[in-house]
Amino acid sequence: MNAFEWTEATSVDQAVAQLGEGVVLKAGGVDLLDLMKEHLVEPKRLVNIRNIVGLDKVEHDERTGLKLGPLVTLAQLDAHPLVRSRYVALADAAGNAATPQIRNMASLGGNLVQRPRCWYFRNEQFHCKKKGGDICYAQRGENQYHAIFNNDPCAIVHPSAAATPLVAYGATLELTSPKGKREILAEQFFQLPDVDVHRENVLAADEMITAIKVPVPAPGTRAAYTKQGEKESQDWPIAEVVAVLEMDGETCKKASIVLGAASPVPHRAKEAESVLVGKKIDEALAREAAKNAIASADPLSENRYKLGLFEVIIRRTILAAQGGRA
Amino acid sequence: MPDETTKTAPQQNPKPGPAAAQNGGAQTPRAAQATPPGQGGQGQGPTKSVDMPIGIPGATLHKAARLVGVDEPPVLAPNSELKSIGKRTARVDGKLKVTGAAKYTADINLPGMLFGMMITSPHPSAIIRSIDTSVAEKYPGVKAIHILTKVFGVAQMASEKDDKYPRIRFAGQPIGAIAATSLEGAEEAARLIKIEYDQQPFVTDVEKAMQPGAPVVFEGQAVQAGTAGGGGGPANVKQNGNVRGPSLQGTRVADPAPKDPRATTRSLTTDEINKALKDADVLIESEYRTQVQTHSALETHGVVADFKPDMLTVWASTQGTSSVRDELSAVFEIAKSKVRVITEFMGGGFGAKFGAGNFGVLATYLSKKAQAPVKLMLSRKDEHLSVGNRPNSIQKLRIGAKKDGTLTAIHLVSHGTGGVGTGAGSGGPARGLYKCPNILTEEYDVFTHAGPAASFRAPGHPQGAFGFEQAIDELAEKLGMDPLALREKIDVGLDRSDAHREERKVGAEKIGWANRKPAGSDTGPIKRGIGVAQSIWYRFTSRDSNCEVKIMRDGSVQLMSGVQDIGTGIKTVLAQVVAEELGLKPSDITIRVGDTNFPAGPSSGGSVTTNSITPPAREAAFKAKQELFKEIAQTLGATVDDLTIVDGKVFAKSHPEKAISFRAACGKMQTEEVGARARRRDEYKDAQGKNVPGATGGVQFAQVAVDTETGQVKVERVVAVHDCGRPINPLLLESQINGGVIQGISYALYEDRIINHRTGRMINTNLEQYKIVGSLEVPKIETYLIEEYWGRSSTDAAGIGEPCTVATAAAVANAVYNATGARIREIPMTPARVLAALASTNNVRSARS
Repeated sequence: MNAFEWTEATSVDQAVAQLGEGVVLKAGGVDLLDLMKEHLVEPKRLVNIRNIVGLDKVEHDERTGLKLGPLVTLAQLDAHPLVRSRYVALADAAGNAATPQIRNMASLGGNLVQRPRCWYFRNEQFHCKKKGGDICYAQRGENQYHAIFNNDPCAIVHPSAAATPLVAYGATLELTSPKGKREILAEQFFQLPDVDVHRENVLAADEMITAIKVPVPAPGTRAAYTKQGEKESQDWPIAEVVAVLEMDGETCKKASIVLGAASPVPHRAKEAESVLVGKKIDEALAREAAKNAIASADPLSENRYKLGLFEVIIRRTILAAQGGRA
Repeated sequence: MPDETTKTAPQQNPKPGPAAAQNGGAQTPRAAQATPPGQGGQGQGPTKSVDMPIGIPGATLHKAARLVGVDEPPVLAPNSELKSIGKRTARVDGKLKVTGAAKYTADINLPGMLFGMMITSPHPSAIIRSIDTSVAEKYPGVKAIHILTKVFGVAQMASEKDDKYPRIRFAGQPIGAIAATSLEGAEEAARLIKIEYDQQPFVTDVEKAMQPGAPVVFEGQAVQAGTAGGGGGPANVKQNGNVRGPSLQGTRVADPAPKDPRATTRSLTTDEINKALKDADVLIESEYRTQVQTHSALETHGVVADFKPDMLTVWASTQGTSSVRDELSAVFEIAKSKVRVITEFMGGGFGAKFGAGNFGVLATYLSKKAQAPVKLMLSRKDEHLSVGNRPNSIQKLRIGAKKDGTLTAIHLVSHGTGGVGTGAGSGGPARGLYKCPNILTEEYDVFTHAGPAASFRAPGHPQGAFGFEQAIDELAEKLGMDPLALREKIDVGLDRSDAHREERKVGAEKIGWANRKPAGSDTGPIKRGIGVAQSIWYRFTSRDSNCEVKIMRDGSVQLMSGVQDIGTGIKTVLAQVVAEELGLKPSDITIRVGDTNFPAGPSSGGSVTTNSITPPAREAAFKAKQELFKEIAQTLGATVDDLTIVDGKVFAKSHPEKAISFRAACGKMQTEEVGARARRRDEYKDAQGKNVPGATGGVQFAQVAVDTETGQVKVERVVAVHDCGRPINPLLLESQINGGVIQGISYALYEDRIINHRTGRMINTNLEQYKIVGSLEVPKIETYLIEEYWGRSSTDAAGIGEPCTVATAAAVANAVYNATGARIREIPMTPARVLAALASTNNVRSARS
């Protein structure tokens, strides 16, 4: 890791005012440390935002919903009674990510903008497209953990566990720069590689995430989250599904099915949602929705197994949501 | 490779009988060469015949004669009659470890110490044209740079072509190292070294490496010696391109016209084994594959080297303090007496930590150049790449049997790659587990441009058992026999048969084998099953095993030996053995080990340590006690022969009422301390001067739950029943068995070195994508120990480190078959592989129906 300056920011204004060439914000530092050790990021200056007062709050308003500070940790989300009762998919996603130690350190803001775990991207010796090269090594082999949707020109899967439920719940992100604030839907925040292969979102160079807002779920909303790893302790998902269903009695009024570990962004399975809306959800319907969800997938040489896996996990998650709670 | 450890060859020869010829190929054990009755081997002194307990208590226990040194301690009773040995004594250094007070190599900090960083090749095959260190040398804080002229720990050709620098044969190959005043500085400076490479063709895929015309790793015949942990390739086998072999082993038959005039027997020919297989009533023919596994010890390889004009002192994370000393002594041409290697605490080795290694040699050069101590601990990446792995295997197995299950022929052809190393054989289980008149194993090493193999916890056996023990289950199914009943039928008349029989009995009852259902009979997506597999391991002895025991006037007792505690608990075991002999408690004994300044100890590999070091510990304690008695007998008004120590009290057997405390007795010594030193004697012989049998192993049962929709395998329960001669400390043995089972599950389900074959680089060089079992994957593990006495030494104990990891993957695979009806022929059993196996099984079924 190269030598760098360290500054402490005590306010958001102070933090964003410093942003520029070679300046990187540090919250939990979990992902950043990995990136710096592999020389994927070589900052001149780190701005520590972890001690900014007030950014680690979980606030709730019956009218406007949940407002999460970017320094809220994954452990906080997992343990928070209101998040757990009203936004169970978010609490479960946070609680199943990484390890207890990492969940205690990792901030929600950092979780959303962490870089992908692709083993080519993470290895300094592979000058891949994402790093300015002209090869996506994953497209040529050893791609068992890579994307089954939108895997050209770059086959990463989005790494954020929190992003999957946030997109499903229709969350918005508040972004702050020296020029002011803007809000953007989480779904629009994440960006496919064909727009810009070097980045995974639309955060501008002088912006930081200052709040994550999740609307009040409509009455009758039920949700579930499933993470399928190769193992349970400390593993990334090979398939991840969130189902948020707005139910009117036994009929599904609205459905939001989002897949993680499937695409370079949290993948909205609209083909599955349309199967569910207006119908009574049962095993057969869930099966049909799951089948539709993966119909347009385009697997690589070694990740075809993910199709069947997603089909199972989508079906199970829909049924879990339907039989479950908010 | 300098290696002072003498190892006896596997004691896998069967008991005399018709099958006596089956396990040929093993060299005559050096420690077991015949000596005339009444006389030990060299340096062993005269012997006498004494009766010792032999067999399994509750089953076969009896007495038989052994030739024992006349000055050795008296025969030790079975464990049930002892006070310290056989008891569940907690680790003597447990508190130091859990409080962090224990200092491992990485924790050693010396005044003025520098930090070393490796310089490695990013390319799998290259000739180095030039190395320019001039910019790096000027980086602030840089004190020394050294470039290697020879690479250690890899296969070598007899005539290495002289390039200016060693040829690059794998990505991650050490080139040199740099020392600076901070680790970060060393790392940054290392990036400033300019190396010009002439990249060469490479091959990292084992099957591509076997093709004609594949880029060759070594242009000439190459061989890698084994270490004290085993491994290494057989000498004198053919090499064709990257393929080295076959090494032929198995049944030996008389050879009237040998090619080598010294040989009188030969292995079977292909025609002979084919004929034996053809004559079988039932034939199993299958292929199994295992992956490359890296050792991944939590503490990486590393040293702190302090080169001073009169003494080189090295703190090393090693399984063999003397092996590090000997290599450094040879490389730097310093007398062994001027090299001191210290390993106080050690964070895991699993077979990969013998010798100084490239990093150790480099740290010593850097210390010599900079005239300051240098700490060099490998990064996790270098740990995966350059210091060892378990080779993969591709095993083609054929087993023939009669209708009643009796085996008639076993044929194994195996290929595996140890990268730029050798030792990829996997035939041990096929050769030694069951009685069979015709066995032929043909083992090939395949060179690839990848990091070198090193001995790894039971070299060859977990991979061999994964194939062979599944094939035995396949055979049972084809014969319509229960897998345990078949093993009962074919595990007869061998060294291991008695213990295995007891172990099957205990294990079957504990796992509930009687309730085992037919394969795939559960309904619903989650299916449960149980499976079994067996292991064998050998009884190796290192005669470089010495102990000194001192008794001091304040009543304290100290044992000193160069042997190192690699985390398995030998310190505690030694305290128990000395305490038993001195009539004290283990906590009364101070154990000092892990220092070459102490009497030479064995390297800890091959499950050798307990077997090797406990007899001299007992003998040194026994002799120190005699010295104490000589000092105090007169003062106590007793004769030396009449004195004894029981429960910390010293008294004359004729006057127990005059007992005084051990401490008070020591206070009567005329000198500050007395002591004695003992060395490991040869294994005992029977009254006729013949070798006696004795091997270790076990039987493991696994219960799994398989989600047949997601392909996820969950191991729910493992019952592990093992033996290792006389168990000294059941608590520590259970701890090692737990570790072996956990590592075995990790091997079965998760671990895999993944190389990107287009670039020849490993891509999961971390502990995130190199997946290792975590706390949630650890099943309920129940361990049971069988006591088995052989009468082979004054403690009759053996190690457990290796046999306890051999059977696990096979037991899990057999359980997955029992759960699902799908046989998993390749590990790790990832969801992708399990789903594929289930799909192909279902396809076969639907095609049949």
